[in-house]
This record gives sequence, structure tokens and C-alpha cells, in this order.
Amino acid sequence: MNLLSLMLAATTAPTTEAAPQMFFQPVNFVTNLQYMGIGMLVIFAVIGIIILATLLINYLFSD
Amino acid sequence: MDILYQNLLAFTWQDLVMILIGCLLIYLAIAKEMEPSLLLPMGFGTILVNIPFSDALVGPIKELYEAGIANELFPLLLFIGIGAMIDFGPLLSNPKLMLFGAAAQFGIFFTLCMASIFFPEIDAASIAIIGAADGPTSIAVANTLGSKYVGAITVAAYSYMALVPIIQPPVIKLLTTKKERMIRMPYEQKSVSKLTRIMFPIIITVVASAIVPQATALIGFLMFGNLIRECGVLDSLSETAQKVLANLITIFLGISVAFNMTSEQFLKFDTLLILALGLIAFIVDTAGGVLFAKLLNLFSKKKINPMIGAAGISAFPMSGRIVHKMGLEADPQNFLLMHSIGVNVSGQIASVIAGGIILNLFSK
Repeated sequence: MNLLSLMLAATTAPTTEAAPQMFFQPVNFVTNLQYMGIGMLVIFAVIGIIILATLLINYLFSD
Repeated sequence: MDILYQNLLAFTWQDLVMILIGCLLIYLAIAKEMEPSLLLPMGFGTILVNIPFSDALVGPIKELYEAGIANELFPLLLFIGIGAMIDFGPLLSNPKLMLFGAAAQFGIFFTLCMASIFFPEIDAASIAIIGAADGPTSIAVANTLGSKYVGAITVAAYSYMALVPIIQPPVIKLLTTKKERMIRMPYEQKSVSKLTRIMFPIIITVVASAIVPQATALIGFLMFGNLIRECGVLDSLSETAQKVLANLITIFLGISVAFNMTSEQFLKFDTLLILALGLIAFIVDTAGGVLFAKLLNLFSKKKINPMIGAAGISAFPMSGRIVHKMGLEADPQNFLLMHSIGVNVSGQIASVIAGGIILNLFSK
């Protein structure tokens, strides 16, 4: 039995106990960039509206 | 005698490590004065829940957790006290400062992307909110999303808030030149009418809640506290909210957050990852604010000291004070306090809105 078939056997052999799975998905960084874009856009939009509203109340109710 | 042995032998090394972590939190609270009002109850709570067969865990701490954290009540009640403590005056006299509060939330969304590499989406979103630099928001969002890492997230959020004086200055120095740090920003005192101060919390609540309904409770309770402060007819309520209510809730919040600090939930590699991601969130928040100010300087005739952007993280009032201190270090006549505090309170508003956005994007 050559080394390759030994390695293949080792990787395909059924294990008696499931190893703990480590969550590691580098591609998620790229897929979640959309949330970064949406989140920053919404936050600037809300803050922009609040700034305009504040300027308005400052103008309307100044002493 | 057997029962004594049985109880003592029930201690595992994980329980002992957690008890040491509890002692460390108490040490940091007392000796280093790091957010003592929260870290001390949390540290003691950690000891209580890690004693084998502890009746505190299944009894009062669990009840407090169910009554005040699982349903977000404690963080929201704490917001009434925080709202009553905040003076929006500097912000009202220069509303444009709020832009820096928005920019400094960049760390939340960057950390979301980073955390999603190692955690499922819901947990990644909960971890990202550490970047809000606002304990109650972090707890409320992580709980609403149903993250199993609430304990670690709370420890990270409050620890890094206490470490803001250590985290922020090197990042600010790295991103600014001495010449930029010396930029003076004269403060023009503008009077803000009482009616404006009263209208502000109402308008913020309506606008923010209309666009991000998931932020209604967070922003509403914060602004309700501020309205009590500014209305002028509820001084005793305002004082109670600022002192008695805030202190009482902080005690309950601290000790009941410890419900999530059992060894099974806390002693994991994930906890170290969460602490690292929280640090990244704070660093990127700071960088986001500073770089945004530098960007504005490219287009504006009246130069802005880019350091004030760093005060846009919510850690109030430490962040504002740090920027002021760094301004004085660069130039002893450079007084940035009013600007930096204005940006700092805007960070409080922006972080709550960011929490609502995260809930909007990820809650089921």
C-alpha cells in the first residue's frame, strides 16, 4: 500500500467521535460588506435628517 | 462529613478559573477604578454562579436575569438615567458635530465583517455591537438577537470602555501629524433656548424611530431621560434618574449579567476571540472618526482638528476628555473640550441608532 492510499484511507475512515467544528469562513467578510455599506449609509442618513431637524428647531425656537 | 467532601470535590479547575476571573474583575474595579460600578457586581456575581450547586445561580440571579436582562428592561431603564445625565447643549449649538458620531460607528460594521469569519451571523452581529462603546446597547442588542455570548460581550464592552484612555491615544497619534493635532477650533458660545432643548429629545425620538423602528426603545428611553432633565419642572425626578435609578439598575445589571459567566459558557477559545474583536471594534471606531475629520478637511476652508472625530465613539465622557487632553499636549492653548464633548454625546445617539440598525438587519 503506497503512502497516498494510506493518507486517503486515513481521511476517509469513519471516526468514532465527531471532532468539534471550528467555524471559519473567510468568504463571509466579503459577503457581509453589504451590511457595512447599508449600515453606514442608514446611519449617515438618519444623522443627516436629525441635523436638519436640529438646525430647523434652532432657527424656529431661538431666543 | 461526606457531604462536605462531596461539595468540595465538586469544584472543577474551570470553576476555580472563573472564580479567579471574578476576583480579577473585582481587583480591576477597586484597584484600577475600571468601571467599578459594573465590574464589581459582575465580578462578585461571577464568583456566586461558579460555586458548584450554587443556589444563587438557579435562584435569585436567574430570576433577576429573566426579569431584567432577558427582556432588556435593565439596559433600557439605565438609559433613562444616562439620558438625564447628558447635556446636549454643545451639540445643539453646533449640530454638524453629529456627523462625527456617525463616522465613528464604522468599527461596528467593520467588526461585523471580521466576526462573521469566525462566528455565525447572529453572534457576529452581537459581537460587532461592542463597537458601540455603550454597555446597555451591547447587552440589549446581544440579548435581543439571542446570542449565547452575552457574558463575554458585556465584559468586553465595559472593559474596553474603561480602557479608552489607553486604546485611543496611540491610534489618534498614528493617524494624525502634530500639526493637525495643533489645529485650534475657537468655540463660539451660542445660546440654546429652553424650547429647543425640550424639542430636541422629542424630535430625535420621532425621526430615529420612524427610520429605524428597532431603535425606538433604546433611543426613546435615552431621550425620555433627557426630557426629564430639560423640561425644568421635574428636577427631583431628573436627580433620581441620574443617581438613584442609575445606581440601582447598575447593581442589578452587573450581578445578573454574571448569569452568563459560568465556566461552561465563558471558558472557551471563543471568548478570547470576542475580546480581540472588541478591541478591533474600538480601534476602527477611533480611526473612522479621525479619518472622516481628515476627509472633511480636504473640502473645508475652516479646518477641523481631526482628533475630535475620535470622540465620536460613545464612551462618554472619557473619550471627549482624552481628545481635549491631547489637544492641550500638542498646544497648551488648544481648548477642544466643548467640541469633543459635543461629538462625544453625538456618539451616544449614533451608537444607539447603530444598535437599532443591527437589530433591523439581523433580528428574526
